[in-house]
Amino acid sequence: MIKDLRKELDEGKISSEELFDITVKKAKEEQDKYNSFVTIIDKYKIKRRADSILKGIPYALKDNISTSNILTTASSNILKDYVPIYDATVYRKLKNAGAVLVGKTTLDELAMGGTGTTAATGVVKNPWNPDCLIGGSSAGSAAAVALGIVPFAIGSDTGDSIRKPASFGGVVGFKPTYGRISRYGLFAFASSLDHVGVFTRSVEDAAIVTDVVKGYDNYDMTSLKDDGKSYSEELDKPLTHKKLCYIKEICDIKEYKDSEIVETLTKFQKLLDECRNNGFQVDEVSIDRRLLESIYPVYMIISCAEATSNNANLTGIQFGPRGEGNNIEEIMFSARTKGFSELIKRRFILGSYILQKENQEKLFLNACRVRRLIVDRVNEIFKDYDGIILPASGKGAPSFDKSTEQVTDGQVILENHMAIGNFGGFPSITIPFTFVNDMPVGVNITGRAMEDDIVLHIAKEIESITGLKGLKAGDRNV
Amino acid sequence: MYKAVIGLEVHCELDTKSKNFSGAPNKFTETPNIHVSTIDLGLPGILPYPNKEAVRKSLKTAMALHCENPDEVIFDRKNYFYPDLPKGYQITQVTKPMGRNGYLDIIVNGKKKRVLIHQLHLEEDTASLDHFSNYSLIDYNRSGIPLIEIVTEPCIESADEAVTFLEDLRDVFLFLGVSEARSNYGQMRCDVNISVMKDTDKEFGTKVEMKNINAFTSVRTAIEYEIKRQIKVLEEGGKVIQETRRIAEDGKTYSMREKVDAIDYKYFVEPNIPPVKLTKEFYDDLRKEIPELKLERYEKYIDKYHLSEYDAGVLSAKRDISDYFEEVISYGSDVELTVNFVTSAILSTIKKLDIELKELFITPKMLSGIIDKVKNNEISLDHGKKILYQAIDKKIDPNEIIKKQNLHQINDKDELKKIIEEVMDENVSQVRQYIDEGNTYVYNFFIGKVMTKTNRQANPNISLEIIKEELERRKEYESK
Repeated sequence: MIKDLRKELDEGKISSEELFDITVKKAKEEQDKYNSFVTIIDKYKIKRRADSILKGIPYALKDNISTSNILTTASSNILKDYVPIYDATVYRKLKNAGAVLVGKTTLDELAMGGTGTTAATGVVKNPWNPDCLIGGSSAGSAAAVALGIVPFAIGSDTGDSIRKPASFGGVVGFKPTYGRISRYGLFAFASSLDHVGVFTRSVEDAAIVTDVVKGYDNYDMTSLKDDGKSYSEELDKPLTHKKLCYIKEICDIKEYKDSEIVETLTKFQKLLDECRNNGFQVDEVSIDRRLLESIYPVYMIISCAEATSNNANLTGIQFGPRGEGNNIEEIMFSARTKGFSELIKRRFILGSYILQKENQEKLFLNACRVRRLIVDRVNEIFKDYDGIILPASGKGAPSFDKSTEQVTDGQVILENHMAIGNFGGFPSITIPFTFVNDMPVGVNITGRAMEDDIVLHIAKEIESITGLKGLKAGDRNV
Repeated sequence: MYKAVIGLEVHCELDTKSKNFSGAPNKFTETPNIHVSTIDLGLPGILPYPNKEAVRKSLKTAMALHCENPDEVIFDRKNYFYPDLPKGYQITQVTKPMGRNGYLDIIVNGKKKRVLIHQLHLEEDTASLDHFSNYSLIDYNRSGIPLIEIVTEPCIESADEAVTFLEDLRDVFLFLGVSEARSNYGQMRCDVNISVMKDTDKEFGTKVEMKNINAFTSVRTAIEYEIKRQIKVLEEGGKVIQETRRIAEDGKTYSMREKVDAIDYKYFVEPNIPPVKLTKEFYDDLRKEIPELKLERYEKYIDKYHLSEYDAGVLSAKRDISDYFEEVISYGSDVELTVNFVTSAILSTIKKLDIELKELFITPKMLSGIIDKVKNNEISLDHGKKILYQAIDKKIDPNEIIKKQNLHQINDKDELKKIIEEVMDENVSQVRQYIDEGNTYVYNFFIGKVMTKTNRQANPNISLEIIKEELERRKEYESK
């Protein structure tokens, strides 16, 4: 974990260059098996004048974050040779803090997808069981942290793209309030839902990294004014916000037949009891099922619509592989036909259809209205509660051959509720809480917008209840 | 009888330091691709940050055109693929444009006409393309420059009205200082929608669109040609086709493409720019920045200062001249003399020197000083102008010149009488012409002589009276 590495570096037990070499070696060793990286950096580069807790600490960035002079593909063929000319704000901040980049991690193509199986460079495998997927879209970042290659990695989260793979990978995944970390340089998927966030192996590490990368950015008008707090320091104070609730409709064991889900939910209730024993108030609240059932379609409608527009710059004209044809339409058409996988094309067509004049009111604008209704309802809950606690997934990571199985309506709600955090821009964290069928399963805590410190704090207390801190693939101390 | 129905869509680049959504400079240059940032290139991961000055200037323009302003600023995306549009969408305004339902009053052939403005919105310009035989080049200098688009209602009926509107609209931009609006740099461009209908028709005819016309003269040519063409088509029993046409160098319009189904731009609200509320205080402050516009000044000069239509036109045509004129008057100087000085001496000087009024050495305060001395008969009008030219020439305060050269006017009657008597004694033959032939043309001759003798300090009006008296006295004396 970061503080341990910091100590070793400060005491001269290891140099940051040695640490980098070990990290790169490990990254390369695991690459064939798990495919965490699109690019592994060969050259050690550090800002020598930096002075921060992250100085000399190796880390990985999701490959949809702009890094000048370093290939950034978004795991898509249309960007397979794209080398950016500017740094994303999150990368610039880490560079200035002296953190050492070791690689760019694999993602579902253009961050669209939740399986980690759609990258142009192949599938990412789950470090706990290579027959299982790790989830996405921040698949490589989750895997690199779960494998213990890096102590932290940066990801992006539009529906649950950090918090779901964190659950499947047995690591911590934190997405702060919308605007807390600048999106400048994050390849846009769905701008109103996109967040930059972190993967770590402890809640404290998530706070430490967030402290470094958060803050207002002139280049991102949606970024928040700095709250002046050190989240890692806040963790040492006593927690006064201990009112949690879970949503009845999502956690109702009677609704599910799948034995693994039943096991997860049973263990979840046990966890809640332990929370209660540790001074938390945990209540059951109810949300209209129709609202919950609309989360997934609303997410798809809004994200596909915005994605269609956000990715319209990928034409092979300014950058990327040039298409062929006799006129400009043919050239762009050919570049996009070759450059995107079928799945992406399907989403673009959906998005385009949703935005068409005749459909926009019924599909897009209604989805925006329902999004508002969901956020309003959740904010109402936040009047009484400091956080909503829910299982981050119904069970452990599915195996590759099962990943395409049809899911029931109940499962759709159970597996997609974390998009609420994106709808409202709420701070939301997944931490490991149990194992089901030998695979880790995470618990998710979502809190009021702006109250990132409280969400982290609640998560830290629960982390100490579960004892699952610093988990690496293979560890089984339950 | 047929009548034309014309609507205009006018684009004008705003004069700001940087571009609409990036920090790259907003400057005209011949060198391609030097005023470009990552944002203007639409690279993956970029985000727009709006230019406050562009927002203010577009709101101000909308306000000056009597539009309703929005309660908040939001932008929308217009989605389409074209190589001059690097992001694949243009940031523009549909939901809440900067202005709606405004108007601009213009005077066409002596008659006032109100041109209704449908809306005014702020958007970003595209890159420019240069096409060659088998390739094209993209220049991103223009990409992202703030652009306002003004859409009129279809209420314009002739080329005269259209061109006057464009000229007056350009003056609005210039008076507000929001744009230099140079059409030769493509800073101001115009799309024309035009149809013709019979006087008795209830519905508009089929409209034809002509895009991106820069020069106002081309707008005139295109409209005049198109009205004739469409009437001819209808007279011959044909139908006008809905299409886009272009104006060629021969002054004729040619079909570019027939209008298929209108493109669906799939507009939606730009998610990267959160709405910014505009308060009453903000609008009140903005309103204070709006000066009187051309027509208001023109009407004021006629109604309040009783200027001729011609003088009022000259003095209200340009903001700097009008401001100069009004400043001189604001010091209490005589209006008639001020008009005289500004329309003749000042304007001819800046034209001769080929400079802007602001570069002229003579400030309104200095000019006011000269005018007041003329008004008080301390110096003559001629002298006043002479001093003005000297001051401009030598860049010296005119009041210093007056002091130094002792150029105060001679108004003393006895002194003048003495001089005039001398002049007449020296020019006996001219005195004879008056006595023998009654020739009054000699008045001017003697005025000239007196002026030369006094180094142009003699008060001409008083001198003339004395000359008349003295000639008459000499005539009477002789006849006795």
